[in-house]
Amino acid sequence: MSIHVRNIVKSFGSFRALDDVSLDVPDGTLLALLGPSGSGKTTLLRIIAGLEHPEEGVIVEDGEDITDIHARQREVGFVFQHYALFRHMSVFENIAFGLRVRKVPQAEVKARVEELLHLVRLDGLGGRKPAQLSGGQRQRVALARALAIRPKILLLDEPFGALDAKVRVELRQWLRRLHDEIGMTSVFVTHDQEEAFELADRVVVMNHGTIEQEGTPDEVFDHPATPFVIDFLGNVNVYHGRVENGRAFWHGIPIDFPDYPHAQAREARVYLRPHELDLAPLAAGANRLGTSLPASILRVTRAGAITRVACRPHGSDQEVQVDIPTETARGLQINFEPGTHVAITPRTARVFIPDPEYVI
Amino acid sequence: MAHARPATNRSTPLAALLVAGAVGVVGLLIVVPLVSVFYEAFARGAGAWWAALADDPDTRHAIWLSLTVAPVAVTINTVFGVAAAWLVARFRFPGRALLISLFDVPFSVSPVVAGLALVLIFGRQGLLGPTLAWLDWKVIFAWPGLVLATTFVTLPLVVRELIPVMESIGPEEEMAAVSLGANGWQVFWRVTLPNIRWALLHGIVLANARAMGEFGAVYVVSGHIAGATDTMPLRVEKLFQEYRQPASMAVASVLAGLALVTLVAKFVIERRLEAESRDLEAARSHSESLDHTQVEGAVA
Repeated sequence: MSIHVRNIVKSFGSFRALDDVSLDVPDGTLLALLGPSGSGKTTLLRIIAGLEHPEEGVIVEDGEDITDIHARQREVGFVFQHYALFRHMSVFENIAFGLRVRKVPQAEVKARVEELLHLVRLDGLGGRKPAQLSGGQRQRVALARALAIRPKILLLDEPFGALDAKVRVELRQWLRRLHDEIGMTSVFVTHDQEEAFELADRVVVMNHGTIEQEGTPDEVFDHPATPFVIDFLGNVNVYHGRVENGRAFWHGIPIDFPDYPHAQAREARVYLRPHELDLAPLAAGANRLGTSLPASILRVTRAGAITRVACRPHGSDQEVQVDIPTETARGLQINFEPGTHVAITPRTARVFIPDPEYVI
Repeated sequence: MAHARPATNRSTPLAALLVAGAVGVVGLLIVVPLVSVFYEAFARGAGAWWAALADDPDTRHAIWLSLTVAPVAVTINTVFGVAAAWLVARFRFPGRALLISLFDVPFSVSPVVAGLALVLIFGRQGLLGPTLAWLDWKVIFAWPGLVLATTFVTLPLVVRELIPVMESIGPEEEMAAVSLGANGWQVFWRVTLPNIRWALLHGIVLANARAMGEFGAVYVVSGHIAGATDTMPLRVEKLFQEYRQPASMAVASVLAGLALVTLVAKFVIERRLEAESRDLEAARSHSESLDHTQVEGAVA
């Protein structure tokens, strides 16, 4: 079932949680709403579920306007951030709830719940109370409960937020397989970019109640549309430089930027990801090399397959982070010790010119 | 009094002194008077005690009146308390803080003043007096007045008990129920009520105890008519004034017995409440110790 969100506006008092948000979720997609807290992602999810009502805008499911349909009738599976399991009910009764309120016959309820318990790998735990389960188990009960009514749409609010790292990764992969198996349209909210990129078919980056960028994980990662997106994705070297004549300058190194062909210099921010920088040996005393930046190594950290090198460009007090595959590092004629001189060459860079009103 | 020992299990002279002081005060103010009520009531044996209660028609009526007025007042308070607590815990609206403060007025106002206020409104010369006279409804010096006065003084007990519990539980379970297709009644009976049942029962027990024992407000509105508007506490006072101390003590012992039953009920319910709040804690903690169940291949 496809979901179309059109021009949604929602405020809480004077706080504008969603400001004219439009979004399409194609049938069968697993979509991530990614953003910091307060960006409006949970509010958007709740509006799709009917748990909040927008001031303006419409929600359309498969061509039908459902904006005024009560949450009770939307048949949407919703998994809450802290699971919101019915604490006084057994696991079995939690999962059965949606069927019980629909007056489904007992035998059918039993069969369906057993099937779901098996699906979420909780066979035999139907008699437990939520308090007797671990976080990951509760999460799976919440999922089974949402799936019991065979929703066409599954919405998950920070589904892995309260779990520890190992369980989180396992559940993530499991949810992806589950989504593909059942073939629902799913939307989940997260502030964890790794989670969004690993799990989702489409990623929507939100900030201050608006959508900053929407696309496949590759599109968003490789072509961040705004400084916010690239900042939020993190792990990036930021440099406050300038642009002129179709070139931006990073520590004096020219980077092509044809979007700004004017002669008048303007402030610009240059973003370089650590893995988009190359290192080469640099003879002591050598200076500017045209497209390479001479620098000294400050620290070296081996993180398995990646070697992280923190460098300081000569004549600067900033740090530049360079990630190179450990394999490649071994092949380089570089002594990876603090103080060693290296040449940094950017392969690609992203340049953003701040909005004119912020330019002094 | 083994329970009075500090949790550290170390008795310093100061601790011993404090324990002795507490035991002394509790003994002198609570245990001795309570025991003496029962002692006086049964001084002439159980037969005389029973006769004092059962053979006097006015006393019988007082017991009957208390047993009917209190449940009605408590029922009104239960319905009001659940609705008001839900309103206050689930919604934010202008005047909410003021409303919560107003719930407490019956605690801060003297019951006698409350009774007088009711007379001023519902009495013959009161605000609604002519209307009630025209309808031929008797409120003051009658059963409805007793219920009103009792409801007034016990008003905060249920709602006050429920607000913090409903706030700590939060609205998520109710929202989950709605998203699963439950209607308002189903959400209330299947999710909200089971979650607040012990707090609600606690409030009901306290409200009932207060309703049975209420004297001041009821005194003003009842007119003190023996065999008609005398409740148990009023009957105790009247018998005492009439120098019928054994009979007075017999009725008093029934009230004291009710207090003891309340105490036990309260104790049991509080244990349950503690257990539930521990469950709530556990449900919120992120203990992952049980978490290494395999989820691999769950869909396969």
